Amino acid sequence: MKTTPSASSLMSRENLYFLVLAALLLLVFPVLLDAFRLNLVGKYLTYAFVAVGLVLCWGKGGILSLGQGVFFGLGGYCMAMFLKLEASSPEATASQSTPGIPDFMDWNQVTELPWFWQPFHSFSFTLIAVVMVPVILALIIGVAMFKRRVGGVYFAIITQAIAAILTILIIGQQGFTGGANGITDLRTLMGWDIRGNEAKTVLYFVTAGLLLACVLLARHVLGSKLGRILVAMRDQEDRVRFSGYDVASFKVFVFCLAAALSGIGGALFTLQVGFMSPSFVGIVPSIEMVIFCAVGGRHSLLGAVYGALLVNAAKTGFSESFPELWLYAMGALFIAVVLAFPNGIAGLYQRYLMPLEKKILGGLGKAARTPSTAPARQMEETP
Amino acid sequence: MFADYSMPELMSIFAMQGFAGLSLFSIFVLMALGLAIIFGQMGVINMAHGEFMILGAYTTYLTAGLFENVMPGLYGIYFFVAMFLAFIASALLGMLVEWLMIRHLYHRPLDTLLATWGLSLILQQAYRSIFGAREVGVSLPDWMMGSIAVTDLVEIPINGLIVMVVTLVIATLVYLLMFRSGWGRQVRAVVQNRPMAEAVGIDTGKVDRITFALGCGIAGVAGAAFTMIGSTGPTSGQLYIVDTFLVVVFGGAQSLLGTIASAFTISQAQSTMEFFLSGSMAKVLTLLVVVGILMLRPQGLFALKVRR
Amino acid sequence: MSTSRDFILTVEGLTVSFDGFKAVNDLSLYLEHNEIRVIIGPNGAGKTTVLDLICGKTRATDGAIRFKGQDLTRMKEHQIVRSGVGRKFQNPSIYDDLTVFENLEVSYPRGRSVMGALAFRRDQQVIDAVHEVAETIFLADQLDRRADLLSHGQKQWLEIGMLLIQEPDLLMLDEPVAGMSVAERKKTAELLKVITRNHTVLVIEHDMQFVGDIADRVTVMHQGQVLSEGSLAHVKADPKVVEVYLGH
Repeated sequence: MKTTPSASSLMSRENLYFLVLAALLLLVFPVLLDAFRLNLVGKYLTYAFVAVGLVLCWGKGGILSLGQGVFFGLGGYCMAMFLKLEASSPEATASQSTPGIPDFMDWNQVTELPWFWQPFHSFSFTLIAVVMVPVILALIIGVAMFKRRVGGVYFAIITQAIAAILTILIIGQQGFTGGANGITDLRTLMGWDIRGNEAKTVLYFVTAGLLLACVLLARHVLGSKLGRILVAMRDQEDRVRFSGYDVASFKVFVFCLAAALSGIGGALFTLQVGFMSPSFVGIVPSIEMVIFCAVGGRHSLLGAVYGALLVNAAKTGFSESFPELWLYAMGALFIAVVLAFPNGIAGLYQRYLMPLEKKILGGLGKAARTPSTAPARQMEETP
Repeated sequence: MFADYSMPELMSIFAMQGFAGLSLFSIFVLMALGLAIIFGQMGVINMAHGEFMILGAYTTYLTAGLFENVMPGLYGIYFFVAMFLAFIASALLGMLVEWLMIRHLYHRPLDTLLATWGLSLILQQAYRSIFGAREVGVSLPDWMMGSIAVTDLVEIPINGLIVMVVTLVIATLVYLLMFRSGWGRQVRAVVQNRPMAEAVGIDTGKVDRITFALGCGIAGVAGAAFTMIGSTGPTSGQLYIVDTFLVVVFGGAQSLLGTIASAFTISQAQSTMEFFLSGSMAKVLTLLVVVGILMLRPQGLFALKVRR
Repeated sequence: MSTSRDFILTVEGLTVSFDGFKAVNDLSLYLEHNEIRVIIGPNGAGKTTVLDLICGKTRATDGAIRFKGQDLTRMKEHQIVRSGVGRKFQNPSIYDDLTVFENLEVSYPRGRSVMGALAFRRDQQVIDAVHEVAETIFLADQLDRRADLLSHGQKQWLEIGMLLIQEPDLLMLDEPVAGMSVAERKKTAELLKVITRNHTVLVIEHDMQFVGDIADRVTVMHQGQVLSEGSLAHVKADPKVVEVYLGH
């Protein structure tokens, strides 16, 4: 629940939390973690893009999409197609029966690069496609559904079906997509080897920086009148409609924005992990992305980032030591986050730590109201 | 794609594939009936419905094992006992889940979706721990094997026929229960106006619990039927959940007849196309058409026009 | 009645059927500029449906609705609102999670497109408009409160305020005083008197005392049709009305 202190103190507090996150991502993690762990965190952060998008469209707008993996995957595949073409130069693939096309195409008796692969020779096209392909699909789905007032569970189920369709399609069309294995063996980005530790560290900083930029963008959107209309729409859709707003276009906008964020996350995932496969597209990964957002707090942009980090860190930890327990833990997490703490970490923080923080700040008096004490508090919160 | 086949060949392909589709149809109907009751009547999205079905399948597997080892002479009838036990097992679990979880979430349909998804993960892992990751199957009694030859080209397997009959019986029973019994009237009263139903003395909490249990129980029966046409693994149920939801939504969530009609359409389309295209493309095409139609007609095929 | 006079709203032959049931049946209604018209009638007479039809929430099966020369039956809801029709719902529908100020601001008729909303700035013009309306609806000292903390009567006023700030030409109010105390009713009647100096108002109401306080003309509906129309005294004396209310 939102408390509304005077606008200026709210802003400064939000800025403070943002700075804490920035410090954590750009300073603390790089200093404390080795290259392998840092790369893992970088991978988790790509999911945070999706989670931030879900805060916009689910938390604020009330639109639950169970197909965010589709947009994540499309962004990731766009990037993977570019990298794969670069890795499949005629010299590198001279031993194939058709040199110059990706290896899996050759294995599947495809003898010519399909038309939709052609533009991915261009890096600038790829960068545009990473955002635009997800957005265009979201636009089509959004216009079709929201103009007809489909929402709630129907929308959730249909987006889930779309996730299923895309997965089956990718797996079925092996010769064009790499099938269940995905697009693997990606090596260089414009001649720069992305496999080394150094490159991975650079990519980590790119990811963290872009994520922070996206959080700021999302915050700007929510801070505008559009953000208030989203909340208003979630609670009283008819009232908004009969205040002269075309409700559907606002929903389409926020759904497309969430798709764009997911696409960026997916592209960065491909760069950091070095491959893309349908296992990041389908029903299961899509719904897991929802839980990242829910654990963090569906109303909180920063919470979503922490949620993505925490759940994924837990997942890695469990799968390393007790793989058979992970599904139980994940299942329990779904149930607990719905039944026990629907506002996630952000909600818990607001309820239990915020009063404490206020007390400390209050005790220190106005003169000492510098940010120095609060980050320490926040650090305890985050792993 | 039809050019390679002669006319009588085509006819028998359609007939055989049509019948193969009928087995799929039966599973769809039984799954979807349970789901339609829970979703259409209670507004709850049960993502663990597939796992309730698989519970029925495992119950059947255990019952078959019991008959085989303890009373092999009666093996011929194990299926009917198993079906009953499958219903009971899934219904009991459903009742428990409703009490622990669902009843706290009646006004948050999207949250039931997430919570039941969590439940499905837990159940899947539980099945894996108990029964192992490998798929298990039951051996059919002799009288259920073989097939009836209708013409030279068309043969109908007996087990498929039995699954069909079971489906028809269950569907009829559900219809009678929901629309011809006093209890069904109570359920529909609760759906239409909960405070009023409470005011006239209906124990709505109990109605909810039994409705949910009934839906899960039918999923259990679907699981029993499922063992006759496929083998059972911990995640077999998840494969059906999205299809089944589409069946329910496509049919118009409030209408049982619509559910059956839509199950028929989808299963037949998929099964017929499967013969001519690869299995995955048939599925993609079917799902795409369904999603496309739902975008044009979101209320489903059989919804009534009412004041919104 | 002829169309030669300058009506702001003309409804003619309006019919809507739900699965064969005609909730509104061949209804005609003419509103003059700055008139307060009250629709009364027993439950199920189709009063709310008439408002739904005018504002586009429900689509007419047949008939015409003309507002300032435009045909409303072909327009989308938000277009109808933008053409100058404001609608208040029966239950107060306000945005609980926003403050009173934000409630009014969201209703302010600027930045209604996606890009417009993104670029919207809270300038002096907006602040002045919000304060002015807040004054009118007795909520000037409540601007920073979250709307869900208001009393029931205040919520009703807030929703009326959200319509006022849109500066509509026609205001449609569905039972604006339902659930209000006597004092609140009096205040609301005054509020409506102020509003109608430059708005046309169409009200659904049951409270006869209140109807007598505000109405220029009264339309009595029964079973989807107009039963009687005229001053309150006139319709009260109409034997058909007496039959419907007291008969059976």
